[in-house]
Amino acid sequence: MTSYFKAIYAILKKDLMVEFRTKESINSMAVFGLLTVTVFSFILDPSSDSKIEVAGGIFWIAIIFSGLLGLGKSMLNEVNGGNFEAILLAPVDSTSIFFGKFIANMTSMFLLEIIILPIFSVFYSINILSHPLMLLILFLTTYAFSLLGTLFSVISVKSRSREAMLPLLLLPILIPVILAAILSTNIFVAGDDIVGSYNWIKILSVFNIIFTTVIFVIFPSIVEE
Amino acid sequence: MLSKVSRVFDILLIIAVPIGLYFAFIYAPIEYKMGIVQKIFYFHVASAWVGFFAFFITFLMSIIFLINRKFIFDDIAEASAEVGLLFTTIVLVTGPIWAKPTWGAYWTWDPRLTTTLILWFIYVGYILLRQFIVDVNQRAKFSAALGIIGFIDVPIVFLSIRLWRTIHPNVVQKGGGGLHPDMLTSLFVCLGIFTIIYIALLLKRLSVSSLERRILIIEEKK
Repeated sequence: MTSYFKAIYAILKKDLMVEFRTKESINSMAVFGLLTVTVFSFILDPSSDSKIEVAGGIFWIAIIFSGLLGLGKSMLNEVNGGNFEAILLAPVDSTSIFFGKFIANMTSMFLLEIIILPIFSVFYSINILSHPLMLLILFLTTYAFSLLGTLFSVISVKSRSREAMLPLLLLPILIPVILAAILSTNIFVAGDDIVGSYNWIKILSVFNIIFTTVIFVIFPSIVEE
Repeated sequence: MLSKVSRVFDILLIIAVPIGLYFAFIYAPIEYKMGIVQKIFYFHVASAWVGFFAFFITFLMSIIFLINRKFIFDDIAEASAEVGLLFTTIVLVTGPIWAKPTWGAYWTWDPRLTTTLILWFIYVGYILLRQFIVDVNQRAKFSAALGIIGFIDVPIVFLSIRLWRTIHPNVVQKGGGGLHPDMLTSLFVCLGIFTIIYIALLLKRLSVSSLERRILIIEEKK
């Protein structure tokens, strides 16, 4: 059991070290995210009250689109030079490699959110973190996005036209997550009764539990020969 | 073997399709509010049934493939997904044709409509993925993963969209549910016939796959 967590830790450490030294993904993700936030501000008057109804949407679309950019890059680093095949040959449970990659991707998503959140709040003069439950939404959504994102980046990186494949596969599957994230964020931003967000938290939790289990079961059989 | 079974289903269809048309257009009474346009109901619902059923078969075959690695199950999963996508497309086309005169709009973001659209996107992705992976082994495994995850996702998509639509006012409510018994009979006849169409198309698609596999084997021998 300890060797399982050691393997996860080793992958995570490797990924974070590469990222820390090159800062390749996080830079492009953060700039792309900010650009999305800026471009979206043209579709509405950012000083009007109607922004409250769309703020959650703009925030999450910015996060998810820049996340897609980062996911593709992170997996591309693995396949260049046959690194991923080599890692899979290691005598450890292949799910530990998956969960290592997953936690690394989740970490860079959190970093991205830490950068985007305050700037978004300033641009739109909205406090997204007005309720502590929002932290739970941030965690659950990032978890869901990184979980399926990691799986589909493993899958799409082996296909031709990999950049196009990842969002095509990932976005439809993530519809419940995107809906839950946007609508519950809107509840917090508008200062509505937080009881409305409980069902969304339930959906996110169920989504995460189901797909963590499914991936845990099927991942070995899709990467091993 | 496959072609003989396929022939049987073809002959069955030659008999069954006119029967289905009889039930839909003549046997079933004309709906007094919606009029003749309601006839599309028998094809719309039957296509929806076949679409969902086909994706369920893809899901099932994907699981079986991951367990025993026999390519025949991968072939069935692929064939079923393609036929399912065809029927889901029919649902998405016939739906708006029916919705415009009865609901007044081609499209509403009703949970069933929206879920069907997302379902369509998931399986378009499935088929694109299959086309873009060259390695046969990898293609089978990866698309099996997508076949499983995509299908499990559908009920969660439906629940989340229902929750979304209950927040917003529901503009369009579907009219009363009671169906005339003759309409119900016709619906079941059409469901049965569409299921035969599904099997017939699946068998044809499978014979194409088996030919493709044979070509691959011949090429490897060279």
